[in-house]
Amino acid sequence: MSVDQATVRHIAKLARLKVSDADARKLEGELSTILEWIEQLDEVDTEGVEPMTSVVEVTMKMRDDDVTDGAIADQIIANAPEGEEHFFVVPKVVE
Amino acid sequence: MERQADFAKCIKGSTGDWEVVVGLEIHAQVASRAKLFSGASAEFGGAPNTHVSLVDAAMPGMLPVINRFCVEQAVRSGLGLKAEINLKSVFDRKNYFYPDLPQGYQISQYKSPIVGEGEVLIDMADGEAVTIGIERLHLEQDAGKSVHDQHPTSSYVDLNRSGVALMEIVSRPDIRSAEEARAYVSKVRAILRYLGTCDGNMEEGSMRADVNVSVRHPGDDLGTRCEIKNVNSIRFIGQAIEHEARRQIDIIEDGGVIDQETRLFDPRKGETRSMRSKEEAHDYRYFPDPDLLPLEFDQAFVDEIAGSLPELPDARKQRFIDDYSLSPYDAGVLVSDRASAQYFETAAKGRDAKVAANWVMGELFGLLNRADVEIETSPISAEHLGELIDLISDGTISGRIAKDVFEIMAETGSAPGSIVDERGLRQVSDTGEIERIVDEIVSANPDQAAQVAERPKAIGWFVGQIMKATQGKANPQVVNELLKKRLGMS
Repeated sequence: MSVDQATVRHIAKLARLKVSDADARKLEGELSTILEWIEQLDEVDTEGVEPMTSVVEVTMKMRDDDVTDGAIADQIIANAPEGEEHFFVVPKVVE
Repeated sequence: MERQADFAKCIKGSTGDWEVVVGLEIHAQVASRAKLFSGASAEFGGAPNTHVSLVDAAMPGMLPVINRFCVEQAVRSGLGLKAEINLKSVFDRKNYFYPDLPQGYQISQYKSPIVGEGEVLIDMADGEAVTIGIERLHLEQDAGKSVHDQHPTSSYVDLNRSGVALMEIVSRPDIRSAEEARAYVSKVRAILRYLGTCDGNMEEGSMRADVNVSVRHPGDDLGTRCEIKNVNSIRFIGQAIEHEARRQIDIIEDGGVIDQETRLFDPRKGETRSMRSKEEAHDYRYFPDPDLLPLEFDQAFVDEIAGSLPELPDARKQRFIDDYSLSPYDAGVLVSDRASAQYFETAAKGRDAKVAANWVMGELFGLLNRADVEIETSPISAEHLGELIDLISDGTISGRIAKDVFEIMAETGSAPGSIVDERGLRQVSDTGEIERIVDEIVSANPDQAAQVAERPKAIGWFVGQIMKATQGKANPQVVNELLKKRLGMS
């Protein structure tokens, strides 16, 4: 599978990345090569094999329904470029 | 199996009948204390960003750990929807950028949800029962909240809701009218409230729905659908469907085509409008969340939850019909809310159930409506209403006086017995005293008495006079008997 210019632009837009025309041409080749490399895995017959989710036999740990965290609004917004009354302040986004 | 088109439910257009096809995605907040993957509070409200942990704010290196209670509630809800429970399910990342989504993805379930196919039975006002298929129920995180009216050029973001556990309940496109959609949402809400898995509070956003609407001529393939996002009341869901169906019919009949798009319902204008900004984001690039192992539990876990399910609305309705001889309609109204059903059962215990049902659905619901309060905070307790019914059935007060006593109970919260005693409202059944009054009034009105001989219905005038003379306290049955005797009619 190879990637074309339009796909590169679409992926870049979904990832909110600004890509110049020159970079887009370069990425077209690079992404295609990566995909071709990964496609080699298709040669392995995985019929009837469960996807592996962990290298060790463990089940997911669960937590009790207790409030053990929060009330740290200062820390939460400490890195925000802009904040007010513990809100994050961002450029206006309205429908 | 696909439903046959019902022409009575179709909308008339210039090119014939149009069938409306609706599917709903209900987002119901799990009634948990903490969030789905963190220990921060899931409670509604709170000062900005105080119910937020470093996990919810998506700080680097933070790892999600699932809340067992939320898993149990999803299973419980699935059982209530008569759905298949999947012992193994997977969490995926749904990727999109928005300021109130700090992770840049929502943890959700895509290809393998915790709950599979089920069904919900809805009762329509005309007695028709419709089965609406459930496609799935999955667990996912809620996003934060953006506030747009605090500043002219900025939006404010509060992450208190970020990471709160939601159950998304997806219906099949089995719904055929706004009325059916309202009945379906009401029923799902009732089931979840009976189960206690979601408080169903639509004002606080604990339940909201995305509504998919398309139209077609009966027998045709499905039309192109539009999705109306985040409608937050049952009434608005109905309005949005009615408006959207009409909009689509007008476009098609004018020779246009429907664009598949996301729309927003504006309750003030009662119409839907396009949300173009959401369009490109529809490519969500789901993939299994590498931070989370598959969600697995055994059948014993499911069985234990199944063993603790309460009686659900359908079963309770049947019991009300069987045990209390209520009509299906009355039973349906009473069970639609767990608190109403409980109230009725308390008031009806050991009494005439039909009379109790009439008082609850008539006077009490009327009072609650006027006062705009929920039955949980009713000014008249179920025990007091039951005592009032006893006072009527043992002849202490008449039905007419009972309505006055009911109003006084609503104002004062006092027990009916003490109101009747304090205000001297006890019904007079003493024949001697009533006989005296009957005699007095008949003697004083010879003309009317003569009329009764010719026109027996004129006796009503005397009944009225006697009730007036006794301030409504005379036992109407005794009055009638004595009057007829006095006027030589029996």
